[in-house]
Amino acid sequence: MSDDTPPRARTVPVQSATFSPEINAEIRRAAETGIYDIRGGGAKRRVPHFDDLLFLGASISRYPLEGYRERCDTNVALGTRHATKPLELDIPITIAGMSFGALSGPAKEALGRGATMAGTSTTTGDGGMTEEERGHSRQLVYQYLPSRYGMDPDDLRRADAIEIVVGQGAKPGGGGMLLGQKISDRVAEMRTLPKGVDQRSACRHPDWTGPDDLEIKILELREITGWEKPIYLKIGGTRPYYDTALAVKAGADVVVIDGMQGGTAATQDVFIEHVGLPTLACIRPAVQALQDLGVHREVQLVVSGGIRTGADVAKALALGADAVSIGSAAMIALGDNDPKWEAEYQALGTTAGAYDDWHEGRDPAGITTQDPALAARLDPEAAARRLRNYLKVMTLEAQTIARACGHNHLHNLEPEDLCAVTMEAAAMARVPLAGTDWWPGKPGGGL
Amino acid sequence: MQTLDLAQSDLRTLNATLQTAATAGGNETAWEVVNPRGAHALAVGLDGPLSVTVRGSTGYYCAGMNKQATVQVAGSAGPGVAENMMSGTVVVEGDASQYAGATGRGGLLVVKGNASSRCGISMKGIDIVVFGNVGHMSAFMAQAGTLVVLGDAGEALGDSLYEARLFVRGSVRSLGADCVEKEMRPEHHALLADLLERAGAPAAPEEFRRYGSARRLYNFDIDNASAY
Ligand SMILES: Cc1cc2nc3c(=O)[nH]c(=O)nc-3n(C[C@H](O)[C@H](O)[C@H](O)COP(=O)(O)O)c2cc1C
Repeated sequence: MSDDTPPRARTVPVQSATFSPEINAEIRRAAETGIYDIRGGGAKRRVPHFDDLLFLGASISRYPLEGYRERCDTNVALGTRHATKPLELDIPITIAGMSFGALSGPAKEALGRGATMAGTSTTTGDGGMTEEERGHSRQLVYQYLPSRYGMDPDDLRRADAIEIVVGQGAKPGGGGMLLGQKISDRVAEMRTLPKGVDQRSACRHPDWTGPDDLEIKILELREITGWEKPIYLKIGGTRPYYDTALAVKAGADVVVIDGMQGGTAATQDVFIEHVGLPTLACIRPAVQALQDLGVHREVQLVVSGGIRTGADVAKALALGADAVSIGSAAMIALGDNDPKWEAEYQALGTTAGAYDDWHEGRDPAGITTQDPALAARLDPEAAARRLRNYLKVMTLEAQTIARACGHNHLHNLEPEDLCAVTMEAAAMARVPLAGTDWWPGKPGGGL
Repeated sequence: MQTLDLAQSDLRTLNATLQTAATAGGNETAWEVVNPRGAHALAVGLDGPLSVTVRGSTGYYCAGMNKQATVQVAGSAGPGVAENMMSGTVVVEGDASQYAGATGRGGLLVVKGNASSRCGISMKGIDIVVFGNVGHMSAFMAQAGTLVVLGDAGEALGDSLYEARLFVRGSVRSLGADCVEKEMRPEHHALLADLLERAGAPAAPEEFRRYGSARRLYNFDIDNASAY
């Protein structure tokens, strides 16, 4: 063969979009280990979200308010329907329920301190109430979950509100998962289980099924706590219209809707990525249900799942929510997934920003762990200040937007302040596609 | 004895009166409730050494989350009687509906008639003695405490059981996932004898069989996937 033979024309190697490197790696991992992937965090796939909405701002037909000089209030009362002691919050951003067990004691303390400094509430989680969070939270919401781990009437009585958890956005229809590695003596004792045992919390409540029973359960909780405390009902985003209507019917004071981007401490990846609605798709149907029943603003709506910025807060409120709740963002503010631990993330086979094996309890940032040495890395007071700062920044951002739209209270933001940059977001948020007065499904068809 | 009449007063007044009396701890510790007429959430959240007799049948969650008090239902009880009880004693003279003693963490629940399905579901330390039968899925995910059944147990007894102890005198329709029969050792006889005596139950320890967790589902194993 001579050197001048032309090289044979070949196709370049093409990776399949269907069998992507990530998919193939997961197939191999499953084949090797025989267990599905469990992880923390929320849906990582891209779904229509608040980023797909824009505020219009003021113009000739609407005048803005002067930043810093003209007021733009941010307070909210939660639980005004039946409770004699509603929660009065300075800002409409609350800290979502995250279990002690999933999070360390110092992390729970930091959440309580930070929320209190910012004038808002924090929430217990699966596994019961800890002294760290009760002691450091001025306003603490006590979760009432299917597992009833650590459920104690004294804690119910010393809580400021009660949140009945029906579901979570990360896993609507799924129960909890706390794997054996994280069951320390203290966690085991709080939950009345042997140390080191996997805790697959139930997905349904043990003593009620359906809205009629739920109504009686709410009655019982109110009778035990003298009708003082707001009763929230937390649901995963699946059928927001009907679930909200049923929550109202069952007597809830506050409805909490958590979309599929919402974080979890540990759930099957397949569940996180493939079950539930994007947060954006949950809000308008829920608000519609409240409006149809004539209780919008009387029964408050709290929205969670992927809230990161003041813009997200403003958009959720403009769509009709009364407040939002944050989990993942609060963890990041405390120090979760901080690049300063990159070497240790690498050693765990991951990288800062992507670390989600929270169930393994080896968190370099010392937040999702029960290991005393790792947990000691988090200084609760410093972390609390970071959370306080972050909450303040988000509030200021939301106020900046509200003033620009001419509103003197965040709650005066309205859908008319918004447009959407994608068809999907326009359909879900029921606001016009940018530059048009139309959205898919608009009654009457628009233009 | 003080009497509260639900035909005269409303539920809120009744519970507030009992709750205050329980925590105040005065001399007046004996109460009776007449005309309960199946009301829900009767005598809930008591926290003190009160003795309450309900003359008639109750709805859901009677004596829910009880601490220290003794509540006797001279009738039958609806779903979730003594749910999440912490301490004290609840006695149902008649039958109890579903989820009797659910998630209870302490105290003693005695059902002199039958209990329905899911008796002792997710129990976390409560002792339950049922003179009659219990329905299906009883002691589901039961974590701690003791369930004693003088009659028969329905399907899937003790499914996904943790460390609760189950004793059944009659037949067991079927055992749930990871629940197995276990040997009765002297300490189990002693435990059972004490419970039967405290409950005033007409039975002897040697008539019972013991069931408990095989502990095969405690840590995930793909070869047990069909049982999860
Ligand atoms: C570490 C962690 C633990 C959680 N634990 C609970 C819990 O115990 N109960 C619950 O209802 N939700 C739990 N959640 C969900 C949050 O309450 C909330 O719904 C979610 O984090 C909101 O979405 P976001 O993370 O995008 O802000 C947890 C979330 C995280 C990140």
